[in-house]
Amino acid sequence: MERFITKENLIRLAEELTATCRVLAPVASCGTVTFRRFLPGMVLDMHSRMAAVSPKAATFPQTETLLTVKREIPEKKPEITETLPEGKNVVIGCRPCGARGKLIFNPVYETDKTKDPYYIQRRDNTVFISLACDRPETTCFCHSVGSGPADPQGSDVLLTLVGEGYVARSVTPAGEEVMKSALFADAGDKGKEADAKNVRARELMGEAHDYASAPAKLLARFDDMDFWQAQSAKCISCGACTYMCPTCYCFNITDDDLGLESRRIRSWDNCMSHTFTLEGSGHNPRPTKAHRLKNRVGHKFSYYPDLHKGVIACCGCGRCIKQCPAGVDIRQIVNAAQEYSE
Amino acid sequence: MSQLDDLKNAIKSRLGELECVIGWEQGYDPLHATPLFIRTEADLDRLIIGPLAVHNLATYLPGFKGKKIGVVVKGCDSKSVIQLLNENLINRDDVVVFGLCCDGVVSQRKIRAALPADPGFVESVEVGAQDLKISVAGQSATLKLSDVLADKCLICATPDAIISDVLIGAAHTPAPAASLACQDEFEAKSDAEKLAFWQETMSRCIRCYACRNACPMCVCRDHCIATSRDPLWISQDNSPAENMMFQMVHVSHLAGRCTECGECERACPVDIPLMLLRRFMNKQVKDVFELQAGTALEQTPPLLTFKVEEERINERGW
Repeated sequence: MERFITKENLIRLAEELTATCRVLAPVASCGTVTFRRFLPGMVLDMHSRMAAVSPKAATFPQTETLLTVKREIPEKKPEITETLPEGKNVVIGCRPCGARGKLIFNPVYETDKTKDPYYIQRRDNTVFISLACDRPETTCFCHSVGSGPADPQGSDVLLTLVGEGYVARSVTPAGEEVMKSALFADAGDKGKEADAKNVRARELMGEAHDYASAPAKLLARFDDMDFWQAQSAKCISCGACTYMCPTCYCFNITDDDLGLESRRIRSWDNCMSHTFTLEGSGHNPRPTKAHRLKNRVGHKFSYYPDLHKGVIACCGCGRCIKQCPAGVDIRQIVNAAQEYSE
Repeated sequence: MSQLDDLKNAIKSRLGELECVIGWEQGYDPLHATPLFIRTEADLDRLIIGPLAVHNLATYLPGFKGKKIGVVVKGCDSKSVIQLLNENLINRDDVVVFGLCCDGVVSQRKIRAALPADPGFVESVEVGAQDLKISVAGQSATLKLSDVLADKCLICATPDAIISDVLIGAAHTPAPAASLACQDEFEAKSDAEKLAFWQETMSRCIRCYACRNACPMCVCRDHCIATSRDPLWISQDNSPAENMMFQMVHVSHLAGRCTECGECERACPVDIPLMLLRRFMNKQVKDVFELQAGTALEQTPPLLTFKVEEERINERGW
């Protein structure tokens, strides 16, 4: 389905959707754009910049309550209540890379043997209305990881800015459902203009880097700690890269005890942290930042592709590069492994 | 010879005896620098200095403890070196300090606000003595350096490294502003307004700990109480209240130790103005202990020592 929606009507659509859904949209605060719960009257900021944090939280919140425990008296059996997510979500104005991130989750969170009900429930009840990019940032490399500035994979509706509105294309039946709203009009021949913009955006990205040799080349450096020490020298081992990343899916589970009541919460974990692999014995198989960065890069460009049909676990949004306090560039690290000669 | 050439020569003459020298090079685009670990003379070709070289490289020093290394520092960074020495976190004999006389560094946030398009679309940058000529998304802009300097530079009393083995550049006579408008405005707010401000700001915090790990004085690193699992001191819930709790732990652990280098705020990926907390705390420390961290050698941070009666705290008189 192809339709057209004006900028004003997109805001109206967002406002209308708040009646039935939890709407997440890019909102600016103190110069920073992040995805916020959108409520009528708020100002959408879809164009000034890519949101600092990815829209991952829509399908994988930073913290979520898995269950609650209530004890009336200590001797009595505690009452345990599972808290599965409810309701529908709509993400408006994310970039294609942000929406595509969740595709990396699927082979891990939904397999024949294991199904994560929290993730699946959210994923199946979240509609992504993405905005195609019209020019790449210096840190963008979606075209090198099997995607592009107008990639529909992972989105339900893909918008392309044309004049004072957007050409909207449905990608999934859920997207088509949203586009039944009377706020959408006939696209006329604007579709051609949208196509031309999408092609131009891809051309601006230039030639894609070929990561085909990356899985084997990174594995070849697995035991070369000198290589990883050099690559990780400037890393400060914080979690900015991981938490900004649309495809990082690791979590931690902790219990928040409040007297006779407690909550079991799942929160984003971070492979750059010491505690990520700290074992009960006190032994840590990844004792230094070099070991941890090796895992982060290796997982995305080698171990995950090896397990999942060659798919790179990175959507090329570049957030880990531009938000890194030390300017660690994951592209440079993979390139160094690919170009390494003994 | 330029300041950069002088620095390169100074590093060249000491490189043989050092594991590496930490400086800066151009990063992933012309607007961003990144730390450079110089191990060979060839690496020296990539060395840059100037207003884009923002990182406080002293942060890396404790990680090299036991090895002999060199570090390039601006005036503000040199205070971190002093503080690390005062706390025995590094050994003076193991560090060769290449001190710079600094003209100030930029705030990437101010540049972002001043440019006609997002800095992500930067094409070229020309660094002049007084301005930055930036081409971004097909448009060009000339930004006056004085308009985009980091806040810390506006009130900087120590532009020239105050500890160094080699000092490079022409010395300055600093004329810092007495206070920062943003700090004064914040402190003039009512308690209710401050609470609302932090509730809003802390709702953005993602607890990535970039502020903590970029801090040269946050040396607990892998053993920070914010991420300890047993006991679980701080909830992993990322509610504004829990996020603020972590920030309060962070700021109070830096009492009498924070040198106001601004790395916490610079590192924050969601632009939380953490220096509002640091500057306020430092003012209290200065009031009570008459101390500014990192300004003199042989100072012991007041909270790392014990006196039965503090001279300026009236414990019994009330």
